Amino acid sequence: MSPMTSLSASQRLQAFANPARFMALSARLLAPLWVVSLGLLCVGLYYALVASPPDYQQGETVRIMYVHVPSAWLAMFGYSLMAAASAVALIFRHPLADLCAKSAAPIGAAFTFLALVTGALWGKPMWGAWWVWDARLTSVLILFFLYLGYMALWAAIEEPARAARAAAVLALVGAINVPIIRYSVVWWNTLHQPASVFRMDGPTIAPEMLLPLALMALGFTFFFVTLLLVRMRAEILRHRVRTLRLARAAASAED
Amino acid sequence: MTRAFFALIGRDLRLAARIGGGGGMAVFFFLVVVAVVPLGIGPDLNLLARIAPGMLWVALLLSSLLTLDRLFQADYEDGSLDLLAMGRLPLELVAAAKATGHFLTTGLPLVVAAPLPGLMLNLEVSAFPALMLAMLAGAPALSFLGIIGAGLTVGIRRGGLLASLLVLPFYIPVLIFGVAAARAALFGFPDGVAGQSLTLLCAVALASLVLGPVAAAAALRANLR
Amino acid sequence: MEEFFHMGGYAAYVWTVYALGVVVPLALAVHSIADYGRQARLVEALESEAGGRIRRAARPEQDR
Repeated sequence: MSPMTSLSASQRLQAFANPARFMALSARLLAPLWVVSLGLLCVGLYYALVASPPDYQQGETVRIMYVHVPSAWLAMFGYSLMAAASAVALIFRHPLADLCAKSAAPIGAAFTFLALVTGALWGKPMWGAWWVWDARLTSVLILFFLYLGYMALWAAIEEPARAARAAAVLALVGAINVPIIRYSVVWWNTLHQPASVFRMDGPTIAPEMLLPLALMALGFTFFFVTLLLVRMRAEILRHRVRTLRLARAAASAED
Repeated sequence: MTRAFFALIGRDLRLAARIGGGGGMAVFFFLVVVAVVPLGIGPDLNLLARIAPGMLWVALLLSSLLTLDRLFQADYEDGSLDLLAMGRLPLELVAAAKATGHFLTTGLPLVVAAPLPGLMLNLEVSAFPALMLAMLAGAPALSFLGIIGAGLTVGIRRGGLLASLLVLPFYIPVLIFGVAAARAALFGFPDGVAGQSLTLLCAVALASLVLGPVAAAAALRANLR
Repeated sequence: MEEFFHMGGYAAYVWTVYALGVVVPLALAVHSIADYGRQARLVEALESEAGGRIRRAARPEQDR
């Protein structure tokens, strides 16, 4: 950690995205992002529900996949984004990175929740049980706990700067642990379950199913980014409200 | 530096001996948890023997979590944590000393005491060595991962519950490999599983010896500013 | 049309999944936009109430 290089790097980053410039840039981006994400989702829904065939094995329940798989993808994408933003926040002290990590958490948690519930709704007709302790479901459940813990830590510490640094440490420790937890759960699963368990992912996926899946995944990803911008803008304003209130308190103390 | 490190461990041991009767409280909690299980699921000895390794491990996790919140909180409240942070001993080593103290006062007594609740749960005596060896390897990992949660929540009112929530997901690999090592000795899992799980458990423990103090020190720096 | 809503006998599962797939993101979007609006109104109220003096005082802090 040489102070000279990190200083210049952080200065360059600050010039690249200070809060005021971010507000201006995101304000211009929001409308097109809404149009693209909602458009993709509408087309995706049409293909998912109407224009794609039922699976020869799973029948109509395969349509659950078009919501479930993109949610699971965004659950992992959200946590990776959070961890990357936390790393940037800790190394470069970038003010927007903290806000990015904080804003990504509730969106990621919501999609993790969606992945879990749709997984249960898929499991009931396919496996005959709402919940099976399969390696994938279990590790997504643990990911959900990690999201909740991260959000609880933000909520528990009152001072924003302190909360941001503590939460960033937690997100990074979580990112280091996620592969270990994932590996241990898979290992545990092979130890306990017979090999004849029905697998969700077939060897190949038909192209007519790939199109709705890709459309929905892309649409949900754009939706994620759009919401992330909205929430980051709200966080910047929240910061502004705080400074204004502090200034008011200081001014009234002077009088 | 080494002397300061050991002096800190010694201080924590003496404090624990005076306030909590050493590991007495933790062992007591451990026994109570194990005693509650048969009351919940019925006195079927065969069933109890089957779930005994898992139960003992879960009880170990819970007793370890229960003592986490006092790890830094007491020092934070009386100001000695600020002194430690300003001292010459790096905060990473302070955290490591704290974790070592936690292991010696809660983890180690529980490992030593494990045969007693094991007998009460009808666990076969032949499985005791494997179970205790796995617990001995896993308990330091619980302490060194636990200090991360304790460091993150220092200074938060009712931080103990939050620390448990934050840390419990990180305990999962320790739990899985630890239980597998004991169960392999009990039920004769396919060859190699016992050794493999013990190796993996040691790998997780070694990784947490590094990750725990580094992350806990970063968390303390964030909270002490 | 009836066949479409029937979903091969799995209507309850498939339509619940799609309902959730709409409701959960929608709730999140409504919450986010409402929060943005609330903060924007707060900033506006604080700035107009305070006038120029406090705005000047707040500027340097806001740049961090």
